[in-house]
Amino acid sequence: MSDAATIIDTATTPHVSKRFRLQWEEAQQSWVLLYPEGMVKLNQSAGEILRRCDGARSVIEVVADLEQAFATTGLEADVIAFLELARKQQWVDV
Amino acid sequence: MNAPQTPAPQTLAPQPGPPLWLLAELTYRCPLHCVFCYNPVDFAHTPDELSTDDWLRVLREARAAGSVQCGFSGGEPLLRDDLEVLVAEAHRLGFYSNLLTSGVGLTEARARALKDAGLAHIQLSFQDSTKELNDFLSHTRTFELKQKVAATIKDNGWPMVMNCVIHRLNIDYIDRIIDMAVELGAEYLELANSQYYSWAMLNRDQLLPSREQIERAERITNERRARYGDRIRIFFVVPDYHETRPKKCMNGWGNVFLTVTPDGTALPCHTARMLPGLAFPNVRDMDVRSIWYDSEGFNRYRGDGWMKEPCRTCPEKEKDLGGCRCQAFMLTGDAAAADPVCDKSPSHHKVVEAVERAERGEVAVVERPLVFRGPEESRRRKAGLLQPGN
Repeated sequence: MSDAATIIDTATTPHVSKRFRLQWEEAQQSWVLLYPEGMVKLNQSAGEILRRCDGARSVIEVVADLEQAFATTGLEADVIAFLELARKQQWVDV
Repeated sequence: MNAPQTPAPQTLAPQPGPPLWLLAELTYRCPLHCVFCYNPVDFAHTPDELSTDDWLRVLREARAAGSVQCGFSGGEPLLRDDLEVLVAEAHRLGFYSNLLTSGVGLTEARARALKDAGLAHIQLSFQDSTKELNDFLSHTRTFELKQKVAATIKDNGWPMVMNCVIHRLNIDYIDRIIDMAVELGAEYLELANSQYYSWAMLNRDQLLPSREQIERAERITNERRARYGDRIRIFFVVPDYHETRPKKCMNGWGNVFLTVTPDGTALPCHTARMLPGLAFPNVRDMDVRSIWYDSEGFNRYRGDGWMKEPCRTCPEKEKDLGGCRCQAFMLTGDAAAADPVCDKSPSHHKVVEAVERAERGEVAVVERPLVFRGPEESRRRKAGLLQPGN
């Protein structure tokens, strides 16, 4: 990550920015972010994280849900790192 | 209208991906007379427009084939009174829909109806800034119309995307164009240099800017970017005539982009109908999936099997795919030739000569006046006729 201040922590409740629309695309078998005249095709983990960012759930709840859904542990650092990137891309607002 | 930008490029695979970008050209009718319009010069000969039911079917078929961005364009799409019906269906199907409009006819009531129908965004183009250049630059009538439309767009919570086609006659006022967009509250501004097809090709010698004009415009654009920061994102699309490598036209033939014209002809780009010896399918006869994957017209210039020298053995062929087929045809008479923008093309001198005429400022306004787009002018001209370079 860059040395810009990290502002996402486990208590943050991120949501997908109004500038983008997140939706599942059957033809591409992936989640995408749509915006005026463009599209970001998300990989599976990015899609699974963003679809849980509803502005109500905190990062810790998103992490818990992902760990349960994929029967794994230790995702917190990766999720926070991705959300920092997503915030810089203006995909999510906090 | 100006050509919209295509979504993120994808690498060309032997089996193409889905037609991600559907451009629905609902009508060629238009209240404007833009000298740079990419609609065909013989648009007035177009037979019947597709019906509402035809368009609804096209939307469903395209969505099923994987289209996700849908642009409603023209002409002026607001002249179709079923626009709200089509937008609503596009929304229901999960399209991200875009209306490409001059704003003429966008009343508050219609804007509300389009918002209710689920329209995702509007791209507002500056009006014909040649015929009304003085008016345009003096912020009078045009400004008032745009101000009203811009307020309507903002009131409905849409992002404000503005587009202005740039050419020799307005490029020196780019500072005022940018300031105007900021004043109107635009969040995105596309300064798209005119591309030389159709009406713009007829007027090429009058519209092509000099290199000095382009450099100055880019410098001013960068200064304005620094001044306005996050308030506005400005895209400056450079004209390809001044380059030595061609553009990767449409991100590849039949790669992401599907245009359906007012009469239902399906094309890999807005101007491909000019190419000879290619039968493009019509959505009245063939479903979108078959058009995209199986039709001769869409497969003709996919991949690189069609290439001739110098493209065939060029190490850069993957990068630009030989450039634009229409430009190659217009300037060389051979649609499979290298785009003459490329300095490896044996016809590159045709582009250089056009640019040199622009450098010398030989704008033959007196001998050859600008040709304004209009149905009467269109009827007087047939496809391919009077296009320079043939």
